[in-house]
Amino acid sequence: MMDGTSFEDAQTGEQKIRNFNLNFGPQHPAAHGVLRLVLELDGEVVERCDPHIGLLHRGTEKLMESRTYLQNLPYFDRLDYVGTMNQEHAWCLAIEKLTGVEAPRRASLIRVLYLEIGRILNHLMNVTTQALDVGALTPPVWGFEEREKLMVFYERASGGRLHSAYFRPGGVHQDLPPDLIDDIEEWAKGFPKFLEDLGGLLTENRIFKQRNVDIGVVTEEDVLEWGMSGVMARSVGMAWDLRRAQPYECYDEFEFQIPVGKNGDCYDRYLMRMEEMRQSASIMIQACQKLRAPEEQGDVLARGKLTPPKRAEMKTSMEALIHHFKLYTEGFKVPEGEIYACVEAPKGEFGVFLVSDGSNKPYRTKIRAPGYMHLQAMDHIAKGYQLADIAAIIGTLDVVFGEIDR
Amino acid sequence: MSEELQELGALIELKQPDCVLGWDVRFGELSVDVTPSSIAGLVEFLKNDSACKFSTLVDITAVDYPERPKRFEIVYHFLSMFQNHRIRLKMAIREDEIVPSITGVHSGANWFEREVFDMFGILFSGHPDLRRILTDYGFRGYPLRKDFPTTGYVELRYDEAQKRVVYEPVKLVQEYRQFDFMSPWEGAQYILPGDEKGEGAK
Repeated sequence: MMDGTSFEDAQTGEQKIRNFNLNFGPQHPAAHGVLRLVLELDGEVVERCDPHIGLLHRGTEKLMESRTYLQNLPYFDRLDYVGTMNQEHAWCLAIEKLTGVEAPRRASLIRVLYLEIGRILNHLMNVTTQALDVGALTPPVWGFEEREKLMVFYERASGGRLHSAYFRPGGVHQDLPPDLIDDIEEWAKGFPKFLEDLGGLLTENRIFKQRNVDIGVVTEEDVLEWGMSGVMARSVGMAWDLRRAQPYECYDEFEFQIPVGKNGDCYDRYLMRMEEMRQSASIMIQACQKLRAPEEQGDVLARGKLTPPKRAEMKTSMEALIHHFKLYTEGFKVPEGEIYACVEAPKGEFGVFLVSDGSNKPYRTKIRAPGYMHLQAMDHIAKGYQLADIAAIIGTLDVVFGEIDR
Repeated sequence: MSEELQELGALIELKQPDCVLGWDVRFGELSVDVTPSSIAGLVEFLKNDSACKFSTLVDITAVDYPERPKRFEIVYHFLSMFQNHRIRLKMAIREDEIVPSITGVHSGANWFEREVFDMFGILFSGHPDLRRILTDYGFRGYPLRKDFPTTGYVELRYDEAQKRVVYEPVKLVQEYRQFDFMSPWEGAQYILPGDEKGEGAK
């Protein structure tokens, strides 16, 4: 019978339904770098998701063992290359804790200012490219324009747009010129308007919501089980932010709110990142006002063994000249000991475990990247979602391979 | 903060005497030396005990001390978001020793243990999927061991004739520079060039 009711002529015993294995990446634009996912699909539904990482592994931890503490600092810019100064900060904190050096007050304020710029840089990149992954083309174009302005602030302070090497053990490299502080404040005051515009494109956008609401849901148990931190942890309603819980620098003096989510889905994480940017802009304004206060006009480096002498001093003092030479050739020595220093990086808890043997080079450094834990949970989170949701989930996990692969 | 950690350290030692070898608080951090055999039980205790509540695994890593009889030291970091404190567990193991995995207690330990295996060659028993993670497919050696050269052993390039990527032994135009910062005034252990006949050289 050839009336179309049966397919006996087309079916053979060899045909069996099997799951489809799909290679996602490493050259996929939605993979946010060099992520290779081996997906096992049942139709459109993801059954298993095995991330293959390490394609950007550069052996940072090994390289650091043969360089001095100061030479190692720029490696931290190259981890999470989206919000770079936040990583440098963890390294500086580790060294400062071990040596017992405290950054001067003005340096601390400048650090807070630039850490928040880093947070906005990161969230702008993340929110807008995630929107791109789910089909919106305009947000990244707008977002990158603002990022460009922020990178100019990076450049005006340190000379580098991305890899700034601005934070140094014992402070920051150089003081900010007064007009830069004014410009940053002016930008921060106008930024909420930009966020409103950006939110106008996305927040109530029907397609954006369809792609993000109830996608990639995590629960409190998942957060604890998989060691998530940062926005991922807060998206389930845990108000855990290291800036508040274990304050460092002078964050305890600043007024800011910590947004938390309710549902733990991609849409909540988007909303939280938008709110965090608003809070960061407010912190930046407060920091600028503090930096202008006459009583805050101090030095930006704790002058001592860790930091170079003043240029003028080097012209007259032999000891200062010797110190400068020794610092930049041999470097400073860090007393023996072990330390774990962590900061609330934009992506979550970024930590450095430093083992010092008392020499001028770290004996062992372990970099604890937040994205590593989040990507690890990918198999758990993505199970049962459709292939198209994978891109949305990777987007809100906020993975950057510089830090995951190290 | 430090006193609380002292109390916590004493409490853990009291409740788990057979796991804890010793503990101290330095730089405001509690660090506990533990025995490898009972690590999973101890981690479980730390996770569930109401005074500890170390429910978040922060990090697992290892440190290589080639001169010690127990060559590696595995370091665990835990965080309690409820009690707002941190702990570090350290255990010394021999090169041929197999460590019990803690993936049964914290699922998040999976990749960390894979990384320790990848970088140091330490095996974990009971790990569901102990593959290499960060290094290349088919990589040999354990890069973070102190006897592994920073340059590695192989390099790869695209071969135009074979139309594929080929692996070759590393060829360096210039020796990898390992600077010696040991000052002769601070008692360097080697003979200084030109000082072969000096006092120290004999």
